[in-house]
Amino acid sequence: MKTLLRWESALFVLLVLVVVGGSVATDGSFLTGRGAFNVGSDLAVMALIALPLTLVIVAAEIDLSVASVLGLSSALIGVLWNDGWPLEAILPFVIVVGAVCGAVNGFLVTKLGLPSLAVTIGSLALYRGLAFVVLGDKAVADFPDSYTQFGTTPVPGTWIPYPIVLFVVLAVAFGLLLHATTFGRAVFAIGANEEAARFSGIRVKRTKFILFVLTGAVAALAGIVYTLRFASARADNGTGLELEVVTAVLLGGVSIFGGRGTIGGVVLATLVLGGLTDALILDDVATEVVTLVTGILLLASVFAPAVTHRPTRGTP
Amino acid sequence: MSTVRELGILIALAIVVAVTALVNPLFLSGQGIRDLLLNACLVALLTVGQTMVVITRNVDLSVGSVLGLSAFVTADTFAVDPALAIVVGIVVGALCGLVNGALVGLGRVPSLVVTLGTLSVFRGLDFMWAHGRQINAANLPDGFLALGSGSVFGLPYLVIITVLVLAVAALHLGSYRSGRELYAIGSNPEAAVLVGIPVGRRVFTTFLVSGTVAGLAGVLAVARYGTVDATVGTGLELQVISAVVVGGVAIFGGSGTVVGAALGALLLSTIGSALEVVHIAQFWQQAITGALLIAAIALDRSVALRVAARLRRQSRGVSA
Repeated sequence: MKTLLRWESALFVLLVLVVVGGSVATDGSFLTGRGAFNVGSDLAVMALIALPLTLVIVAAEIDLSVASVLGLSSALIGVLWNDGWPLEAILPFVIVVGAVCGAVNGFLVTKLGLPSLAVTIGSLALYRGLAFVVLGDKAVADFPDSYTQFGTTPVPGTWIPYPIVLFVVLAVAFGLLLHATTFGRAVFAIGANEEAARFSGIRVKRTKFILFVLTGAVAALAGIVYTLRFASARADNGTGLELEVVTAVLLGGVSIFGGRGTIGGVVLATLVLGGLTDALILDDVATEVVTLVTGILLLASVFAPAVTHRPTRGTP
Repeated sequence: MSTVRELGILIALAIVVAVTALVNPLFLSGQGIRDLLLNACLVALLTVGQTMVVITRNVDLSVGSVLGLSAFVTADTFAVDPALAIVVGIVVGALCGLVNGALVGLGRVPSLVVTLGTLSVFRGLDFMWAHGRQINAANLPDGFLALGSGSVFGLPYLVIITVLVLAVAALHLGSYRSGRELYAIGSNPEAAVLVGIPVGRRVFTTFLVSGTVAGLAGVLAVARYGTVDATVGTGLELQVISAVVVGGVAIFGGSGTVVGAALGALLLSTIGSALEVVHIAQFWQQAITGALLIAAIALDRSVALRVAARLRRQSRGVSA
């Protein structure tokens, strides 16, 4: 627990450094205006998915299919809109489809007892494939302004994108769920020791199943945000995003072995990533450097505790 | 048991090829078969290193980035010193593997996290090195490009190299002490330590092999495609892991063979080509790959459960 707190305070210090450094290096244009709006909008999609995925990883499982659910959700929005469905019906429908995708993952993991890493590499291909099957390589872009404004304009009077507002609301909700409910305690217990959790009367399979369903639903929601942000529904939307999301969660101090982690840490990690991207891009350092720095940060996050205390477990 | 598993993949492969050949006999022509093997080569080569890593209950997600970095550095080195280029590419891969191995095997941190980190780091280095440039076949010597397209006695060089690497790895895993120890580590890491297996060193070596093989694959990718930019090999890691799992290597270690994994790679790429021939839209390919992967895991699981149940019955019979 001590090392965990230390990592989160390190993240906080890093965030302060990024903000101060960014403000100095960019002459005050940092975290304001159009650049920050774009970075915030891009970040929100990834950060939304990081929330339920945090709970999944705390429960010692993983879901790599999230970006494909995002793509499937986006493709469905395009197809159904072309078929003349109203958006009021499409949006709830794709969230239900996302929940069903999550339920399929949950079924394979909890009922058949298959490893989630392997299952969700499979469903990553399956859901992305279905996205291409329904929409092909077309792009649908003629959505009404009243909807796309959600993704393309900031909250009046600020630079803050609406998706960030949505993220804040969901972050509070998932924070409460993980840290202030019996359900959240059960998630920690399962991640720390699944067998002990079962013997203490926790419904392990049901809890995990719910986590996968939640993750699928939020990934589909992120698909809606993505589609409205770019006013473009495509089957390949969000390809490869799964690794970025997992990176953000682990950078937030969540243990890949389960049982440890906080929503607060993950929110801090996404802020650091966002601030860093904004500072480096404004400073005309190529976007590619962001990739490199992200990787180094992730390695640092895993080494910080490992150097101070050697873990007693093996190296799965 | 594992031979049964490989037989299963071969049968699946035979069915796919037979059905496709009925629609278009050219699928089974000499050129058709050469294309099938060539398409599977790079992924099959990468499965060799990945299999060794996965057997020890680890994973190497950085292989796509290592291949990309090695490919670009190789292509660039040709302008400076053609004689060195191939060696440099393989050395770059080995260095990447060394970094992964040192972090995982000696630093004792989870490989999933480490290689997710180095996936970004190596790709970032690739982007910085490339700086938006693209290298084309015109900048590469013809002799080297022949390595990617040429063949001897009808067998493409790429296929020969892949089979050679595969044979060495299969022999090592099957018949050498250090190879067998990898299975012991994956079956039960704690027990492996207790019986005196140098777990850290063995795991380090598997990552070194995986990196070196990815470096070699990077060199061969340049020879095969001729055009290189900083995005080469992006996302390849998931294809490789899919092939390994379809090929019967358990994701939690302890079982599987390099031959099975390579057959898994061949099966997946053959299904891709077959879909084109029978005019099923390419869009179905990914969905079918995913469904197949899930089916393969479920099948392995049910077989494993049945074997475990039989062993329990037998041991009960012995004690009674």
